[in-house]
Amino acid sequence: MTDTANTPSIADRTHLIQSGSPVVGVHFLGDTAAFVLGEETLLLVPNQGEEQRVAVHGGGILASASAGDRIVTGGDDGKIAATAPDGTTEIIATDPKHRWIDHVAVGLDGTVAWSAGKQAFVRAPKGEIRTVEVPSTVGALAFAPKGFRLAIAHYNGVSLWFPNAAAKPEILEWKGSHLGARFSPDGKFLVTAMQEPTLHGWRIVDGKNMRMAGYAARVRSLDWSLGGKWLATGGSNQLILWPFAGKDGPMGKQPKLLAVMLARAEVVACHPKQDVVAVGYTDGLVLLVRIDDGAEILAKRPGDAPITALAWSEDGAILAWGTEDGAAGVLAL
Amino acid sequence: MSDKIPVTVLTGYLGAGKTTLLNRILSEPHGKKYAVIVNEFGEIGIDNDLIVGADEEIFEMNNGCICCTVRGDLVRIIDGLMRRKGKFDGIIVETTGLADPAPVAQTFFMDEEVGRKTKLDAVITVADAKWLRDRLKDAPEAKNQIAFADVILVNKTDLVSKDELEEVEGRIRAINPYAKLHRTERSNIALDQVLGRNAFDLDRILTIEPEFLGDEHDHHHDHDHHDHDHGHAHHHGPSGLKHYHDEEMQSLSLRTDKALDPDKFFPWVQDLVQTEGPQILRSKGILSFKGDAKRFVFQGVHMILDGDHQREWRADEKRESRIVFIGRNMPEDKIREGFARCVA
Repeated sequence: MTDTANTPSIADRTHLIQSGSPVVGVHFLGDTAAFVLGEETLLLVPNQGEEQRVAVHGGGILASASAGDRIVTGGDDGKIAATAPDGTTEIIATDPKHRWIDHVAVGLDGTVAWSAGKQAFVRAPKGEIRTVEVPSTVGALAFAPKGFRLAIAHYNGVSLWFPNAAAKPEILEWKGSHLGARFSPDGKFLVTAMQEPTLHGWRIVDGKNMRMAGYAARVRSLDWSLGGKWLATGGSNQLILWPFAGKDGPMGKQPKLLAVMLARAEVVACHPKQDVVAVGYTDGLVLLVRIDDGAEILAKRPGDAPITALAWSEDGAILAWGTEDGAAGVLAL
Repeated sequence: MSDKIPVTVLTGYLGAGKTTLLNRILSEPHGKKYAVIVNEFGEIGIDNDLIVGADEEIFEMNNGCICCTVRGDLVRIIDGLMRRKGKFDGIIVETTGLADPAPVAQTFFMDEEVGRKTKLDAVITVADAKWLRDRLKDAPEAKNQIAFADVILVNKTDLVSKDELEEVEGRIRAINPYAKLHRTERSNIALDQVLGRNAFDLDRILTIEPEFLGDEHDHHHDHDHHDHDHGHAHHHGPSGLKHYHDEEMQSLSLRTDKALDPDKFFPWVQDLVQTEGPQILRSKGILSFKGDAKRFVFQGVHMILDGDHQREWRADEKRESRIVFIGRNMPEDKIREGFARCVA
């Protein structure tokens, strides 16, 4: 068990913000941290200058993703919105029945995907909206890193959809409810987080199954380390890293376990330039953990509500975090 | 604990009066705001921006237990609603008329995040006084809803005679003698009788005695329903209650004044719900363990058991262990014998 009392700390450099509402996500637009709040609002905190609150949805914000130059959000008002760092907002689409927009995802070329109930939608920049229906309510969306292909997680598997093709989506089957989905950066693997405390993975080329179990709770956060060498995950009272460097991924290998705490690691965010993972725990602690040797640096002391959001700026120079109670911080390294 | 949002589950067969009750809850001036999860959007006559449509997606858990099902859509919707925490005081889940309440209830025990932020308050079943008797014969869903209920509204009493009413109440009692019964017309009920019941709160398991409608006197004798005559209805003392036996769904009540051995009881009850879980809809118990100053209470839904020490046994209180199972075709003798062997 790590005692953080003697851990080297950079927490004092944090610019603290009270957002006043649960933080449900955070993304960077350049050096502006965009905190996604539970209801209605994005809180934009530039590295220099005034912070800004932008009302984006008429209700709860259910999903968010970064397109690099704008934040895409889905709300319980049935709207999909894109917000730029200067606070200007464009409505990308409105669900005709005002259904909840449960998930959003952004592809490399700025194509936006979203889901409402069993239906998934994509809209390429200047393109028309295409839609597909999957067997049960969409649990997660993820674009493949190459090609125009969308993974749609649902009950008993994932549908892989080529929106430009007329063919029906190919289904990767695995029994159970899949609630999170991420492609590896090389596109060779797809990993889902399930309703049970376990991850499931497929090797895309042959559909080979991988089961990654041993978690204490449902895994709510996964992220790939630099170059996709490791898959960092929460869901346990430590940082769990699955080795994905070889062609077989983690099959037959043990995960690396770091930064053991009493509280549970809930959110993880891998540094974009180094083998370092920011880990947010349910007791409010944020640690920076070096993958090679497990060295730790304290980025936020424990206390407050559980950490619910973590993100690095693209250059890795700024870390942002948010909590379930609406505390938020921006830390320039 | 106290800041968990209470969730009321509203069940009842098609046309029993669920939506009428829901509209009542939403429109009466009680100063509280409810988020409502419904299946049919159109039927709610109240303007409320916190009404959410659900799909009743029932998911099996990958834990080798066929009865461990959850409502996948509820996990998602509750997670979404909690973003607007502070905008409502409670959540009401209206199920379709053909729904089994168990997956709804199990969601609150199986999903940690849902369980951390919300608490199951009670399962309320609206029953049609005129048609329930027929539905109990031809619709297993209707029987499940009665067996599962904490509170039952015997609704549309104005459409039946006194005899018919007593008959339907007798049928309900034969399945579930522990639910609180209310007679209603047009689902008209004081809302504190259906909301804020804390029926799943371990601290609120005080006694486990059958409930009788509007007749509190002369009922301190034991009403173990497995002991009464099978087959025909009979009038029961001054209360005029009709008693029936349901061939399929029963409650089984066991008690002993001998202290139990926890090292015998827990393995037994775990094994029992593992093997008989699909048959056992609800269970509840107050236990007196040897050398233990505190009452141990538990409750369960199919295979899921939730238990804890409660308060100390009082000096003026009879230290006895009491457990109740409500289920379908339960192996009564096997359960009785197993329980008898748990004595310290």
